[in-house]
Amino acid sequence: MNLLYAIFIDPFVQMGGAPDLLVQTLWEGLVAGVLYALIALGFVLIFKASGVFNFAQGIMVVFAALTLVGLHEKGVPAFLALAMTIAVMYGLAFAVERLMLRPLVNQPDIILFMATFGLTYFLIGLGELVFGGNPKVMIADALFLPKGAIEFKFAGGFVSLQKIDIAAAVIASIMVVALATFFQVTRIGRALRAVADSHKAALSVGISLEQIWVIVWFAAGVVALTTGIMWGARSEVSFSLQIVSLKALPVLILGGFTSIPGAIVGGLIIGIGEKIGEFYWGPLLGSGIESWLAYFIALVFLLFRPQGLFGEKIIERI
Amino acid sequence: MLYREAGQFKESYAADMAIFPIRQDRIGLAIILVAAFVGVPLAASDFVLAVVMVPLLIFALAAIGLNILTGYTGLLSLGTGGFMGVGAFACYKLTTAFPDLNIVVCILTSGVVASAVGAVFGLPSLRIKGFYLAVATLSAQFFLDWCFVRIPWLVNHNVSGAIEVPIRTLFGVAVTGPNASPQVRYLVILAIVTFLTWIASNLLHGRVGRSFMAVRDMDIAAELIGIKLYQTKLLAFAVSSYYCGVAGALMVFLWYGSAEPAVFGIDQSFLILFMVIIGCLGSLVGSFFGAALIYGLPIALRNGLGALGLQIPAATVEHLTLMTVGGLIVLFLIIEPHGLARLWQIGKQKLRVWPFPY
Repeated sequence: MNLLYAIFIDPFVQMGGAPDLLVQTLWEGLVAGVLYALIALGFVLIFKASGVFNFAQGIMVVFAALTLVGLHEKGVPAFLALAMTIAVMYGLAFAVERLMLRPLVNQPDIILFMATFGLTYFLIGLGELVFGGNPKVMIADALFLPKGAIEFKFAGGFVSLQKIDIAAAVIASIMVVALATFFQVTRIGRALRAVADSHKAALSVGISLEQIWVIVWFAAGVVALTTGIMWGARSEVSFSLQIVSLKALPVLILGGFTSIPGAIVGGLIIGIGEKIGEFYWGPLLGSGIESWLAYFIALVFLLFRPQGLFGEKIIERI
Repeated sequence: MLYREAGQFKESYAADMAIFPIRQDRIGLAIILVAAFVGVPLAASDFVLAVVMVPLLIFALAAIGLNILTGYTGLLSLGTGGFMGVGAFACYKLTTAFPDLNIVVCILTSGVVASAVGAVFGLPSLRIKGFYLAVATLSAQFFLDWCFVRIPWLVNHNVSGAIEVPIRTLFGVAVTGPNASPQVRYLVILAIVTFLTWIASNLLHGRVGRSFMAVRDMDIAAELIGIKLYQTKLLAFAVSSYYCGVAGALMVFLWYGSAEPAVFGIDQSFLILFMVIIGCLGSLVGSFFGAALIYGLPIALRNGLGALGLQIPAATVEHLTLMTVGGLIVLFLIIEPHGLARLWQIGKQKLRVWPFPY
């Protein structure tokens, strides 16, 4: 009875008793969710266009952020470094297409998945070799990112919002709108959607798959760079970010592998669910449940919708 | 010339269906086994035994476990590390609860616990498929990881939170603990791995194995020909986790000597998945090849770069190794996407028709 009380009643009493804490937790969940969604967005872009489950997205985030900070450390002005990093991500996309995807075309999914593991190893090695393995501080000031916090009164308490978090949310929204417009309006965007629908049909109307893949990997690289800057500004730029990127996986399955809105809604659900769960139910289980709660939330959703919330319905034929 | 089956006639169904129908294969296998059981312990140095052979066999066993699930049944799993951990912790609980019980019995029984846990986490597999299932097994991995850290009962309320392997003997010879010689450990592991590989080979060539493969090739079709999907998938999870559990127990008791929960993290799961894919999906011998390549390659590279006599700092060697391994994985996949076991098969076929290839 006590246990039932602690599980079903007590957390809600706490929520009602201190609404400012609830709002604070919700906000933190929202911010974490935005960042998860950004990482998931990179996965979805590549999965839609080439059917590759790109495990290297996490390390691409780290690599992009490291390149930016590393270049700035070597004396390059911040915005030039930003431009150069974007160029590096384009070079990476080009190399990946030429050296990895093209020779492996038409192989089973799991082989391509494995190849992105190889890419992950390579990028970890390269990143550490060139920029060193120590955590670095993101150049938030030089990029004119805001810092500090806004505090306001709410229901008898204080809620504090980090300005960088607000900036992250805004930039993420802009990015999603820009990508959506790009997909809907431009010629390349339409080609991308055609490729996502069917490789063969796209080829037969004269769309170059190779070109599309470079563009998609480049877009994923730019998303990775944005994620890296935001996440790096909140904490630091280090290889442990790569582990965080595994959190994008439950976001993906929740939203469906092929859906951009899914990635965003999934990210928000996971982020908020995780923080609320940790804050109100975590102490019951001895805390630290954040590490697996996200996966369980996703699992529960999956049992009811095996293709994710927004995924295309899986039709099986003999 | 030497490798040819001409003149070997099959006179019974049993002979026709044998796993090694060619006499030269049987002789080759016997030579390999004799070399492994007698030659290696006599010839190899303690260092090679302890650092190369012991881990290699343990990884091969874990790879066989994952191969049964991923390669034969087609269910992608990223929870291998967690299941290995269950085996290791179960073995620790068993051997401390019953100190007189034979350690080999403990290790083999601990796999049963792992297989029960594996079957529970296999439950979503009927509804969820493909990469979606991989993420579902990730939840097993992270949940088990959390359990290993948060439940002190698992390590008998040890302050360090790590498994400290007690000394156990077999026929009066120390098998675990600091005094166990590499030769003894190697032989015990080799015996267990050989036995379990033999069991797996028989299992996979029989009715059970065929139903696994039918599910892998197309599960709806398998259901139509009367294979019960749920039972088959759960059985695959159970058998696979049994192998992973035993491998985990061996890893802690006969290799590390003591282990923190971090050993069974997500990295371990990925490493074993590499071995299975590089080795060959759906091949037992491929599991051994994969383990040898993925575990052996970094060691070889590290020693190779060191032997070149270049003045490179150790950290740089580490990074170069990582880059080379990454590059080689992609290269291997491009050369032969079906894995090393396929290369092995092609080689044998070439040898069979040599010197008159057609």
